[in-house]
Amino acid sequence: MYLPLLPEGLVSFLGAAMVLTGAEIVIRCLQEEKVEYVFGYPGGAVLFLYDELSKQDIVRHVLVRHEQAAVHAADGYARSTDKVGVALVTSGPGVTNAVTGIATAYCDSIPMVIISGQVPTAAIGQDAFQEVDTVGITRPCVKHNFLVKDVRDIASTIKKAFFIAKTGRPGPVLVDIPKDVSAHKCEYEYPKTVALRSYNPIVKGHQGQIRKALGLLLEARRPMIYAGGGVVLADASEKLTKLTRMLGFPITNTLMGLGGHPATDRQNLGMLGMHGTIEANMGMHYCDVLLAIGARFDDRVIGNPAHFQSEPRKIIHIDIDPSSISKRVKVDVPIVGNLSDVLDDMIKMLESMSERPAPSQIEPWWKQIEEWRSRESLKYKNSTEVLKPQFVVETLWKVTKGDAFVASDVGQHQMWAAQYYKFDKPRRWINSGGLGTMGFGLPAAMGVQLAHPGSPVAVITGEGSIQMCIQELSTCKQYRLPIKILSLNNRYLGMVRQWQQFFHGNRYSESYMDSLPDFAKLAEAYGHVGLRVEKPGDVEGAIREAFSRKNDLVFLDFQVDPTENVFPMVQGGKGLTDMILSSEDL
Amino acid sequence: MRHVISLLLENESGALSRVSGLFSARGYNIESLTVAPTEDASLSRMTIVTSGSDDIIEQITKQLNKLIDVVKVVDISEAAHIERELMLVKVRATGKDREEMKRMADIFRGRIIDVSESSYVIELTGTQDKLDSFVGAIDSALILETVRSGVCGVGRGDRVLKI
Ligand SMILES: Cc1cc2nc3c(=O)[nH]c(=O)nc-3n(C[C@H](O)[C@H](O)[C@H](O)COP(=O)(O)OP(=O)(O)OC[C@H]3O[C@@H](n4cnc5c(N)ncnc54)[C@H](O)[C@@H]3O)c2cc1C
Ligand SMILES: Cc1ncc(C[n+]2csc(CCOP(=O)(O)OP(=O)(O)O)c2C)c(N)n1
Ligand SMILES: [Mg+2]
Repeated sequence: MYLPLLPEGLVSFLGAAMVLTGAEIVIRCLQEEKVEYVFGYPGGAVLFLYDELSKQDIVRHVLVRHEQAAVHAADGYARSTDKVGVALVTSGPGVTNAVTGIATAYCDSIPMVIISGQVPTAAIGQDAFQEVDTVGITRPCVKHNFLVKDVRDIASTIKKAFFIAKTGRPGPVLVDIPKDVSAHKCEYEYPKTVALRSYNPIVKGHQGQIRKALGLLLEARRPMIYAGGGVVLADASEKLTKLTRMLGFPITNTLMGLGGHPATDRQNLGMLGMHGTIEANMGMHYCDVLLAIGARFDDRVIGNPAHFQSEPRKIIHIDIDPSSISKRVKVDVPIVGNLSDVLDDMIKMLESMSERPAPSQIEPWWKQIEEWRSRESLKYKNSTEVLKPQFVVETLWKVTKGDAFVASDVGQHQMWAAQYYKFDKPRRWINSGGLGTMGFGLPAAMGVQLAHPGSPVAVITGEGSIQMCIQELSTCKQYRLPIKILSLNNRYLGMVRQWQQFFHGNRYSESYMDSLPDFAKLAEAYGHVGLRVEKPGDVEGAIREAFSRKNDLVFLDFQVDPTENVFPMVQGGKGLTDMILSSEDL
Repeated sequence: MRHVISLLLENESGALSRVSGLFSARGYNIESLTVAPTEDASLSRMTIVTSGSDDIIEQITKQLNKLIDVVKVVDISEAAHIERELMLVKVRATGKDREEMKRMADIFRGRIIDVSESSYVIELTGTQDKLDSFVGAIDSALILETVRSGVCGVGRGDRVLKI
């Protein structure tokens, strides 16, 4: 029988270190890291690890139906908590299936540890069965990776992996363990500390730079706060809101930053960028001092960088990763540090100063912003006949009182979710922004639901995306995950269709999918509840019904308007101020 | 602008591919790259010759610093420094060319380190420019092989790259 983890006192009392197999050591390490769930899929190279998993019940394993889903689930778990997600896959196809998930996490800086099996050390390089160069394949999409060739290195490597994954700019770290290494034995002791001479992320911001930044902010006439995913990752949203209130400035969030400042707050201008509001995009473009916080000036956010830089403004940029600063846009006051610490310092410094930006100084700016806001760029024509996708999202928001965890896939539905579900809290909005991975939503929601049992978890998806990981309905049944799936079924790869309509002369090449399944019946076949909703009048009832079924996964198949488009829209390569506001602008 | 970047990195398998992979993935230039262990066996020292605008060079050093295996990065071309490269050239050396090759090697302070009936191997050390001029100065039809080590560099005076 496997010994449960011994209390620390007892271990030191016994003195001698234990001799364990590599597989036992891996599981011990996960226990030490307080890992609740491992999402994975077994195979030859990880059999020893699975054997040990089954002998204990501290680390629970969730058996997914595809390795991509294992990584997305670990990712959703991490995004909705402040913990590191963990996935376990076998060598060869297990790893290659996981790559999409790893790249997804990498692009959004999500802390994660992936443990992969490898062929035995003697077989490496022999084109062995299920051998791939895992470290090579994953190198460009991990923060770091390791191949452990000696059982004595397992514990220290796993300790390093967790440390690297969660500190600095977070990211996925992969640990590749050959099968024989997981069977070899050695003395085990979990290292208490990690020291890496080549990795020391900066935490504190430079005080002089912070002072300089405040000086600029206090003088601003047209200030703007632009806050991104870094705020969520740093768990700094309360501090951000405090600073925003003290300054009285307008704020906008990136897609990844939603929930970093309450969406329903008056100072919040909504999301900016390709599908941002008029007020956010115009504010971003015409401000005289921009405070960028944990946001990386992505091309979907600032449009054409040359156009963006054609307007003079001073930019202050706080980021933990120096390479995010002055990458696409030249910055005037860079501040490298952990947001949480830098915001603390800013707030303290501001509190100790008698000066505050005089409201009158920025009043004309607010007036201008209100004028932009009054154009109501998110207004859409609702209908009593055709089901509008925006209306479904608004109703979800209403029914869940804005307090659900919402995972999404990628496409038009993702943008409508971002625009119409007003996130007031961080870590509630779970989506793939950087890589834009269709298939992310459902498995990510599994991780979210496991991390928050009892909380409402919704997936906003499309009939295209949901089919990329639909097999996970089976996992949801096995683990009784009462996720609510809202599929905005427009019978189109809608985002592709929209681009084809706007920029490719209405030639809908391969963006219409024939022969869709009856999703309600499909959900039923997996043992869940499925409902098809066709009329606007039935939307609220259906969503309420779904959430009242506390123990059931409910699949709501909304037959939405196939011709609806996402507005506003900034065409790729155009300037932020060049927005298409409705079909009439085409 | 041409830059010479020196780095200290963990002497581990895979560290080199992390650096070279970074350059190819981000489309940065590599003119030459040399790497070998240092007096501290746990560290390797790499010299990369690259070119790009100031913005690109800034990104290159930031991205290199981000690699977990990279311990230190210095752009040694930002201040006074010394560069050297080693070249071995195998040339045809028959008849009157034999004397001419010896003369050219002497002028460039090269050494003939292998001699056969029909060829010499000339060893030459110096800056990239000097090696280029040597190759330019001899009759290209006589060159059988050239092999260059890539540039090694070190800062002048008290500037030291060490951990
Ligand atoms: C179909 C589609 C449409 C899209 N449209 C839009 C759009 O209209 N608008 C939009 O905004 N995005 C849009 N995106 C998303 C876009 O592609 C980017 O993913 C997103 O804009 C990046 O967000 P971010 O700048 O907040 O950076 P993130 O990727 O969230 O990066 C976070 C930054 O914070 C830093 N950071 C992390 N932790 C800390 C810390 N502790 N302290 C300090 N700094 C830290 C990181 O170094 C990084 O620079 C779209 C994506 C898709 C798929
Ligand atoms: C894995 C993957 N393949 C292709 C794409 C390109 N893509 C982006 S949105 C989209 C259409 C998504 O269709 P659907 O899920 O039905 O959502 P809709 O846009 O209709 O709301 C496609 C194909 C992608 N983002 N991810
Ligand atoms: Mg669709």
